[in-house]
Amino acid sequence: MPVWLELLIRVLSVVVAFLTLPLVVGQAEHKVMAHMQGRLGPMYAGAFHGWAQLVADGVKFVQKEDITPRAADRPVFRLAPIIALMPYLIVLLVIPLGPGDLVGQALDVGLFLVPAVLGLGVVAVLMSAWASANKYSLLGGLRAAAQLLGYELPMVLAAASVAMAAGTLSLPGIIEAWHPWWLLWQLPALLVFFIAGLAEIRRPPFDMPIADSELVFGYLTEYTGLRFAFFLLAEYLGIVVIAALTTVLFLGGWQGPFGLNAELGWLWTLIKIFAVSFLVIWFRVAYPRLREDQLQRLCWLVLVPVALGQLVLTAAVRLAL
Amino acid sequence: MSRRLYGVDGYLGSYATLGLLLIAGLLFFVAAFSANRLLRPARPAEPPGKRATYECGLDPVGGGWAQAQIRYYVYAYLYVLFAVESVFLFPWAVVYAQPGFGTTTVVEMAIFVAVLALGILYAWRKRVLRWT
Repeated sequence: MPVWLELLIRVLSVVVAFLTLPLVVGQAEHKVMAHMQGRLGPMYAGAFHGWAQLVADGVKFVQKEDITPRAADRPVFRLAPIIALMPYLIVLLVIPLGPGDLVGQALDVGLFLVPAVLGLGVVAVLMSAWASANKYSLLGGLRAAAQLLGYELPMVLAAASVAMAAGTLSLPGIIEAWHPWWLLWQLPALLVFFIAGLAEIRRPPFDMPIADSELVFGYLTEYTGLRFAFFLLAEYLGIVVIAALTTVLFLGGWQGPFGLNAELGWLWTLIKIFAVSFLVIWFRVAYPRLREDQLQRLCWLVLVPVALGQLVLTAAVRLAL
Repeated sequence: MSRRLYGVDGYLGSYATLGLLLIAGLLFFVAAFSANRLLRPARPAEPPGKRATYECGLDPVGGGWAQAQIRYYVYAYLYVLFAVESVFLFPWAVVYAQPGFGTTTVVEMAIFVAVLALGILYAWRKRVLRWT
């Protein structure tokens, strides 16, 4: 296969995943939440159980007027949704779907690149919050910035624990080194990573930056139309990315319960990603929102110490074996 | 330099995909906003208040960039402390278990991390993590 064709296929596959996976997760959220709350959820679009609801939403959003408030800082306000989406696109490139070539691009420093790029999310939130020139947006944005900065730490420390266990920063390398007993060995890191990941994507119970009962809609208050749709897409992509990273780092990625990893690896990965996504949606239905200072205390006094303890445990076990 | 560094399958070549993906992402946004430009209302109504700042339907009082008490900078300090640590942690994590490193390497990193953990302890004792 010529090089340009291979590159084209790789890039296009990532873009297709970028556009379809969040729709699947978003539709699942509509239906799962509805049934958990004794409702039916969308039932009309696409005729069969409202399967096309998010497609219809997209068609609606793209026809809407592009409104910027008079007081807003126009270029920054309009750029923010693009900055919010870009990191997720880049992260999807390095997440392996299956063994061998089933990855957008295997980078040696994949595990280093991912948190570095996800850190850009803070910038997007602060841009949208500050440029909106709205008090509620600003409050929400400051909450979000403190939350994203805080929870990045336990998340990165948990990821470092996996790097220590596997002895590599390459994501496919980590999956190859993974062994089922890591589920026990790395369990604290898994829990810390998942909880911190929930906070990183601002999902309930960590949705204080949006907190629609306190702050109108936080840093998204002034957005409408396509730009608002991009922020929503970023939220669903966040679920996909956090679920995929949990899968790759802690749940063994393409490794299945019985052999056949070369043939069925992609299926195991997808099953695990959707299972974790289901859990993320479930958390939204099950738990109420934390208060802002409770959120910070949970991070600094529970998650960070647990993550540090896990680092000690990982080093001790690795050197002992 | 050699092909190992610059070729398509060389070290930097693997980042070419990243560059192409960024271009593809930009094309996606250009396409989406062009479609929006074609499909949105050509002569939208401009009622008064349409572009006003939205604050629960009342007229906004004062500017949006008003002064506010910001409690959050403490978290930013704590964050910087540990972000630097984690940058050192990753390269260390790859090598510490290899032959020739061993216990000394682990103890060194443990001392480094412990000093930073003292920082959290201090912040906790100083009650910066409590608001009332």
